[in-house]
Parts: sequence; C-alpha cells; structure tokens
Amino acid sequence: MLQVDLWKRVLIWATVVVGLLLAMPNAFYSRVETHNDAVKAIEAGFDTTENRDLAAGWPSYLPSGLVNLGLDLRGGAHLLAEVQVQDVYEARMESLWPEVRDLLRDARDEVGTIRLQPNAPLGELRIKISEPAGMNRAIELVRTLAQPVVSLTGAGSTDLEVRGEDDVLVITLSEAERQALDDRTMQQSLEIIRRRIDEVGTREPTIQRQGFDRILIQVPGIGSAAELKEIIGTTAQLTFQPVVSRTSDGSERPGVGNEILPALDQEGVYYILEQAPVVTGEDLTNAQPAFDQNGRPAVNFSFNPSGARRFGDYTANNIGSPFAIVLDDEVISAPVIQAHIAGGSGIITGSFTVEESTQLAVLLRAGALPAKLVFLEERTIGPELGQDSIDAGKIATMVAFVAVLVFMALSYGLFGLFANVALILNIALIFGLLSMIGATLTLPGIAGIVLTVGMAVDANVLVFERIREEVRTARGPARAIELGYEKALSAIVDANITTFITAVILYVMGSGPVRGFAVTLGFGILTSVFTAIFVTRLLIVIWFERRRPKTIEV
Amino acid sequence: MRLRLVPQQTNFDFFSRPVLWLGISAFLILLALGSFGLRGLNYGIDFRGGTTIRTESAQPVDVGAYRDALAALELGDVVISEVFDPNFGPEQNVAMIRIGAQDGEEAVSTEVIETAEAALLEISPDIKFVSVESVGPKVSGELIRTAAIAVALAIGAVLVYIWLRFEWQFAVGAVVALVHDVVLTIGVFSELQIRFDLAIIAALLTIVGYSLNDTVVVFDRVRENLIKYKSKDLKEVLNLSINETLSRTFMTSLTTLLALIALLVLGGDVIRGFVFAMTWGVIVGTYSSIFVASVMLLRLGVKRDWSKPTDTTGNQFGDIDA
Repeated sequence: MLQVDLWKRVLIWATVVVGLLLAMPNAFYSRVETHNDAVKAIEAGFDTTENRDLAAGWPSYLPSGLVNLGLDLRGGAHLLAEVQVQDVYEARMESLWPEVRDLLRDARDEVGTIRLQPNAPLGELRIKISEPAGMNRAIELVRTLAQPVVSLTGAGSTDLEVRGEDDVLVITLSEAERQALDDRTMQQSLEIIRRRIDEVGTREPTIQRQGFDRILIQVPGIGSAAELKEIIGTTAQLTFQPVVSRTSDGSERPGVGNEILPALDQEGVYYILEQAPVVTGEDLTNAQPAFDQNGRPAVNFSFNPSGARRFGDYTANNIGSPFAIVLDDEVISAPVIQAHIAGGSGIITGSFTVEESTQLAVLLRAGALPAKLVFLEERTIGPELGQDSIDAGKIATMVAFVAVLVFMALSYGLFGLFANVALILNIALIFGLLSMIGATLTLPGIAGIVLTVGMAVDANVLVFERIREEVRTARGPARAIELGYEKALSAIVDANITTFITAVILYVMGSGPVRGFAVTLGFGILTSVFTAIFVTRLLIVIWFERRRPKTIEV
Repeated sequence: MRLRLVPQQTNFDFFSRPVLWLGISAFLILLALGSFGLRGLNYGIDFRGGTTIRTESAQPVDVGAYRDALAALELGDVVISEVFDPNFGPEQNVAMIRIGAQDGEEAVSTEVIETAEAALLEISPDIKFVSVESVGPKVSGELIRTAAIAVALAIGAVLVYIWLRFEWQFAVGAVVALVHDVVLTIGVFSELQIRFDLAIIAALLTIVGYSLNDTVVVFDRVRENLIKYKSKDLKEVLNLSINETLSRTFMTSLTTLLALIALLVLGGDVIRGFVFAMTWGVIVGTYSSIFVASVMLLRLGVKRDWSKPTDTTGNQFGDIDA
C-alpha cells in the first residue's frame, strides 16, 4: 500500500541535503565572497597572511559556490561591440602589395610595367600590367606567394586567388582565407579585450563572442560604459627589445638606458633589456602558429616593410645573441637569433607545445585591436539602483512567500503544512542549483523565483484536490492518498513540461536578464515537481505511518 | 475549518451560452487589435533604438525644466516622465528620459549621452544618473525579430506537444486560447501605452506557459472522463471536467496572483511592467482555459471511440512511483 522504499527515502533526503548545502553559502553572501576572492588571490600567487585570514573566514570543507548577481542587481556596465572584420582584409592586402610589386618588377621583361589600380573593392588588389601577353606569367608568379590556409574547414586551399581581367591582374583573398582571417580577428579581439579588462582587475567580467562578429562585454562594478570603452580602447604595447642579461633578482639595477622586466610565465626570472625597441607591435602584420623544419611547434610572424628592414638589419648584426618579445612590460619569450632574418618574417621556436604556440601567436597578434569596434548597445546600471532592486526583490519575495504559506495552511490544514515545507525546500533547491552551475541572478530572475513560489504549489494543489475527490468515494485514507498521487501525475507532468518548453525557448532565444528569468523559471519547474511528487509525498507517508489515521481531512 | 474558495461539489453549466463567451472574447480581441492598429505599442529602446537615462535627485523633478534643457540640444524625439514608487524615500525623485535614436547613426553615440547629462547637471546639480542604456538601431531591429520568432516558436512547440499527448482538437483549442491571451495582453499594453520592452516578451512567453498549464490540467481531466463515461455527451463531459478541476484552477491562480501582486506592489518600478503583464496574463489565462479552450474543443468535437487504444492514449506516466 502506501510505502516508499528505504533507498528512495535515502535518495530523496540526500538530494535535499545536498541542495541545502549548495544553497547555504548564499545566506552568508559577503563572507563567502571575501573567502572566494582571497582563495583566488592565493592561487594567483599572493599568499599573504592577510589573504589567508580572509580565506579562513569560511570553512573550506563547505561549498563556496555563489549565485552571481547580474548587472541589473550589482551595477556595472554592459557593451555589445561589433568587430569590423573587413578592416583586416584591407590591411592584409596593403602589406601584400610590396611583395607583389617586387616580384613583378623582377619579371618586367615579360609583364611590362605595373600600376596599382586605386579604388579596388575591399580585400582586393587590382594591378594593371602594360603587356597583357604576359598575364599568364604574372598570374603564375603571384600564385607562388599563396600560402596554404591553416584552419579546419579551409584545409587544402590557399589564401590567395589570382585571375586576369584583360590587362588587369586581380588578387583576392580566398573564401577559406577570409573565414580563417575572420576567425583569427575575432579570437584576437576577444583576447585583447580580455587582457585589457583583466588588468583593471574587476570581479567576474563576462567577455563572450556572440554570433559571427560580435562581442558581449559585461563588467560588474565599473562606473560607466564610457569608462569601459576607454579601457578596451587603449592598445597593448608590443615591442622587440635587445636583451642585455638575464637575472633572478628583480631589484637589480638595470643601468642607464636599460630596464628590467619580469618573464611572463616563469616565476622569478627577470630580463635586463635595452629600453629602445628594435621594432614595435605596430609593425607586426601577422602571427600564426606553425611548425619549424624539425616539426616542432613554433610561431610564424611577419612585419610590414619598415619593420622588416629594421628587424633584418638588427638580426644580421646580432646573430647568436637573444632578443626579447615584450608585451605590456612582461617578457613573453627571449629567443636567440639563429640567422639574419630578412624579408620581414621570421619564426619563433622554443620548447612550445602546440597549445602554447597557438597562445603565443594570439598574444603576439593581441598587441593592438586588429579591427575597429562599433558599439551597438551600451548599458550602465548604477550600484544604488541595483541595491534598491535587491531590497525591493527581497521584500516582495518574503511577502509573497508568507502569503502563499498562510493561504496553503488555511486551505489544506496539515497537508498544507507539508506542502509548505516542500515550498521552502523548493526555494533552497533553486538557489542550490543556481549556485552549482554558477548561474547569474537578475531582476527578472527574482521575478521568476516569485512566480515559482506561486506556481510551485500547483503540483501539490493538483494532488490534494485529487485526494479530496478520492476521499469522497471512501476507499480508505491510504488508498485515497495513493490514488490521488497516481491520478494527478499525468496532469502534473503535462502541465510542467509545457511550461518547461517555454522556459527552454526563452533561454535559447533570450539574452541577458531575460535569460536569467528563463533559468530560474526552468529550475523552479524542476525543483517544484521534485518537491511535490517526492518530498511532500514522503512527508505524508512518514506522517501516515506514525499516526495511522482512520480518516483524513485534506 | 478549511478555507474553501469553491464549494466541494459544483455544477455550473459553462456552456449554456457559448455564443456569449466567444462573443466577449472576440470583441475583446477586436478591441485589442484595433488599439494595436491605431495607437501601436509604446516600444522601449530595446525595440526602437535610442537611449534611456534614469535620473535621481533630492530636488523634486521639474519635467518642464528638463524638457527645456534638452530641447536646446536638438536631439529629436525626447520623452521625459517622472517615476513614482512606494519604495522611494522622500529624497528620491526619479525621472526617466528617453532619447530617440539619432538619424543616420548605426551605433550608439556617446556624445549624445554626454551632452544630455551635462545639460541636466546644469539645471539640477545634485542629479545622479543611476542607469543609462543605449541600443543602436541595428540591434533593436534584430531584437524585435528574435522576440517574434521566440513567441511563435513557443506556440508551435506547445501545439506539437499537445498534439502528441492528446488529439489535434485539443492542441487547436489550447493554441487558440494561447493566442487569445497573447493578443489581449498586447492589447492592454497598447491601450495603456505601457512601455513594451524585452522583458515584456519574457512575460508573454510565461503567459504562454501559464495559460497552457491551466488548459492542460482541464484537458487532462477531459481525456480521463472521456474514457470513463463513454456514452456521455461531450458537452456534459466538458462541464463535469471543468467543475471537477475548478477548485484547483482557483487555488493555483490565487496563489500565483498572491505572489505576483506582492511583486507588483513591492517589487519596485523597474520590473513593474513585466509583473503587470504576468498578472494580467494569469487572469486572462484562467478565463481562457475555461471559456475559450473548452468551447473550442466543444466546437471541434473529439474522437469518442477510445476502445481501440492508439499510442497517444492514456496515462503514459501513470505508473511512476515515488
């Protein structure tokens, strides 16, 4: 008859306890937050006594996941930027022109004089040659400049497409190369923005690629969107500097005209460098992960003509000595010059893994934003408004909660109290789930929780109403309860699945605050079904076993 | 003593005047569409682009002075309104300023915001700009499209789900009720000219979910009773089912409304429109699940011969045990 297996009981209580434990840190929000910050700081190498004391403020054996507060609650800035990826095509073609020019000049006998046509469309070079008969030769020559495209989808194709139109030689970027280039531009922009914002050191910024060419940036706690734009706008400083010496003493005096800088990924290693750079990142046109002659991961890079000349001269005169690649006052790497590097391109080898070489290429390119950003959306929310919203939300949730609790108790008596226990657990479980996945709570999200408070009792109401009906047909209380649950189940499942479908669609199609609402609504449905058909039922069964009532009043 | 909203046994005839109920709904829908056609919606910047600035100051808001200060800047369409809320303290005077998207601007222009802020600071030195939001016209167009797709998708998905679980007549009935609720909600927003932004779309989708929740519970009972009383008239079965679930319908609507009203009154003005949409949706949703969905079902008729079970018959979930 009315019974629940022991293992099911254990499982139900275990779920509830885990949920409560996960939710608990949110009750001590600021304490846990300081603890988490301190732990992060210690991991990042700031292992001070002060940080340790702060970290000890919350026991480490307890869960420390918190529900993130969205921008509308914490205050901060939100930007949606569109990366003008086409900018890169143009820069790419500009840097290709000198190479093409030199190549065709050498073949002047066959192709005649050449002239670059102005007003070519973006990402296209149009070159007029005076001897149309030499067109085939010209095409053949320029094709030798084409490189294979390094990307998953573009495998097997080359980056340049060359064709002749009467006496005009047309060079365009191939579709595969454009895609690879777009992808690289986006990666690079993301990386730069991330570095810029990390430098400011705010908590939990969100930097995400959205769709094809957009970047969403959300930084809590920052004063205004304009301030955020300024941070993103400043360009990273990439330089190539001669190395004087290497040291492990950071306080060593570098000497006149020199400076001392730390290594990026080696603890306690410093380089003394000549202050004047040989070349700067402004002269760098490209950097890509590659492999050296021995098949080891490396990074290919190339300079524009003026950078190439300076770099060529310097390397010719300094074979055997190291030079440093410096980004934002940190030495990324300090390879030894193996040979005179002419032609403005080179390769950085070292003990890289493929991942590291990719990372380094990204960092190298990450010097300056590769393309212009256009801001499509910007929002600033002041911290006071966020706090007001939190306060209002708290009060409203409390009032809603109490109203529903009282109403349920009045309507269903003891069974109402069971439902109320389930409702309280329900809210705790929602917070537990939200903390577990590190979800973000927004103002509409709070509304979602309040709505859940109202709707969560629905499953219990369905069951209780059904039990009432079954009691009337008088088949004994135990049977009535069992039938009540059994018969209400299909309505509960259907009703909740349909609501869940809309929550999923909201999540997929929505953004920002709306997404926060979808998350709490969706979780609310899951937890309310769980608490209604498992927890309340178990409570009723336990009560029933103890009391064995002859009649029940629902 | 128990609080009983609905007597234990009810025997209302919900279908004595089907023409009246459908007529009322049809009239309200025409009214909503008429209002939408004539006045349109008061779209927020999410959907039409532009900037909103929320200001707060200790001095009372002088809308006229604000307007004069901003008019000098020639920013085009500027709307200023004072915001009132029981949560505000005595020193809290809040205004919302909406500046339309600037002609020929693809993106957000920082200068517009800066000049507007400077002009306001001049007339009210202690003014604070607690939130500033700008959406470029490019994004707002997309947001409208995505929102419309989301609502259509939700309705489509639900249609398919109910069709699979019940019969197509049920699905049509439920969806007609849904569209009814969504149209009436949009109608109220257009009639009262409440700001219609992204959050309202979320509310619309929740209404879709809620209205359905209600309809499905009634339909579930209808299905059960159709099997139980094989020879009963469809009208009687529908009436019986609605009466049997009436107590639950009221209980759930009431608890939800209790929660929503608490939020409507105390939740602050930032989400008031959103909560209003949901409150309204719960009321129409409850009405429509009885008077629209069921009446539609009665009109369409259903298959009565459940003796040959099909794969959509019965309680697939009936045997789950806790």
